[in-house]
Amino acid sequence: MRKRKHAAIFWLFLAPVLFAFIVVIVVPFILGAYYSFTNWSATARTDDALKLIGLGNYIAILKDPSFTYSFILTAVYTVFNMIAINVVSFGLAMLVTRRLKGRNVYRAGFFIPNLIGGLILGYVWQFIFDNAIPSIGTLLGIASWADPTNLLLARSGTALLAMVLVGTWQYAGYVMVIYVAAIETIPQELIEAAQIDGASPMRRLRSITLPMIRQALTVTIFLTLVNSFKQFDVNVSLTGGGPSAMFLGQPIYGTQLLAMNIYNQGLKSDDMAGGQARAVVFFLVLVIVSVIQVTISKKREIEL
Amino acid sequence: MKKRSRGASVGLEILAIVLFLLFLFPFFIVVVNSAKSPFEITQSPLSLPANWLKIFQNMATIWTSVNVQYSSSFVSSIIITVSSLVLLNILSSQAAWVLVRTKTKLSMSIFVLFIAAMVIPFQIVMFPLLSWFRAITDFTGIPLLRSYIGIVLAYIGFGMSQSIFLFHGFIKSIPLELEEAATIDGCRPAQTFYQIVFPILRPIHATVLVLNGIWIWNDYLLPLLILGKGNSVMTIPLAVSNFAGAYVKQWDLILTAILMAMIPIVIFFLFAQKSIIKGMVAGSIK
Repeated sequence: MRKRKHAAIFWLFLAPVLFAFIVVIVVPFILGAYYSFTNWSATARTDDALKLIGLGNYIAILKDPSFTYSFILTAVYTVFNMIAINVVSFGLAMLVTRRLKGRNVYRAGFFIPNLIGGLILGYVWQFIFDNAIPSIGTLLGIASWADPTNLLLARSGTALLAMVLVGTWQYAGYVMVIYVAAIETIPQELIEAAQIDGASPMRRLRSITLPMIRQALTVTIFLTLVNSFKQFDVNVSLTGGGPSAMFLGQPIYGTQLLAMNIYNQGLKSDDMAGGQARAVVFFLVLVIVSVIQVTISKKREIEL
Repeated sequence: MKKRSRGASVGLEILAIVLFLLFLFPFFIVVVNSAKSPFEITQSPLSLPANWLKIFQNMATIWTSVNVQYSSSFVSSIIITVSSLVLLNILSSQAAWVLVRTKTKLSMSIFVLFIAAMVIPFQIVMFPLLSWFRAITDFTGIPLLRSYIGIVLAYIGFGMSQSIFLFHGFIKSIPLELEEAATIDGCRPAQTFYQIVFPILRPIHATVLVLNGIWIWNDYLLPLLILGKGNSVMTIPLAVSNFAGAYVKQWDLILTAILMAMIPIVIFFLFAQKSIIKGMVAGSIK
């Protein structure tokens, strides 16, 4: 009786989100998987000129040095970004959980970059790297900073480093807050007991703090991993994919991460099917890597 | 021993202040250079501006510039963010409620499906979304590309999974007796939800609002694809990227535009700092 009474309201309340879900996620997801095996392009209307070409788009990816390069670059960026963000944010969290006078102000200050979009932040930092840093170099007499031909964004290696710097600055405060929440759950008696037993700060960090925040670590590593891997906004505004570089004897965009590679292939090169196949690879790698990460982290959580 | 720890805490305080200033340095750069002329910026991007009032002049230039379309983008950004947020909160909370209170296999599977969709990156659906939206428009005549309807629909689709997840977790903890009492008193189910349950959800509504609000306000890729460049409907990130991405860099005006894009968020943060931080952390635990 009760179940039947709920049925009408059940469908009534679910209908709008189910509609959005099907239109925005389910249909494009299925279409996308199918399109990646066709000769689909932006100019072709939905189905008339569509032809199945098997694995053609995937084979083309393997042969394209720009994708290989973006893939390696994204992996490098993700690893560096993940490490930098977690180290910095953990340090900040340790700092602002001490009895400091202005700790709430510090927390707010570290957190605020993360509220402003990556696109806008990228332009701010482009200005800093291209204009403010040389000016600081002149002021402090640091020759390598002052040299206008030696800009961080002018070479792909250092430009990647710049992206890591911006990524860390943007995201550290957010991850810090997660660490702070975890650190504050550690019972004070535990730390006091260790202090009485004569444990050094390093020892306390290793034997108490780190094991106690294990769960938060699973979350933060997952978040930083996924967000670094999907980075697009800062890439667009900070470097725009440039400067150019050589890879396997071909000129390519020196700082083009995967998300941008997908976008450019689909829209700038007008190869939607190729872009879609890249997106499928991107999705599979993301899922596999994050499943591996969560499995390992969860296992460690239990061991401790 | 005590003396040493006091010395150490002064050291830590100084370290914190230095880091704090270092973190805010980019904001300093934006503010001082928004009040300069191009010539002053080339002279020194670090110095304080000669005339602070120049900041208002630059702001007025940006606000009225036909090139940047800042004012119309600001209005569009507000329309898009507010309507997406209102719909996301209402639709996700009512959906989460029936999903929690209906204990059937179907209800469970729908919930699991919604949650599973959280792993889908935007990249894998973006191209087909474009062509599929175009096909719907051709078929029904409802414009989904370059329009408010399309982008709000897309935000509901991409934001609902996490929102439902958060509401779901909260509603589970609400005792059923309250709703049963309302039913006995003759409330219809929809009434029970909107009059009894909805007000109880306030804290989680705040979380969902903050989380989606910051995402939608700052989002770049989705508006870029659905609205496109050079459209009459643009969001602030789109307008800024159009202007800042131009070949000739007018940094004085670009930084002013950036400052104007930051101000609403910073004010919002100063007023609702606690709920923002709480909301963003809640969003991390999916």
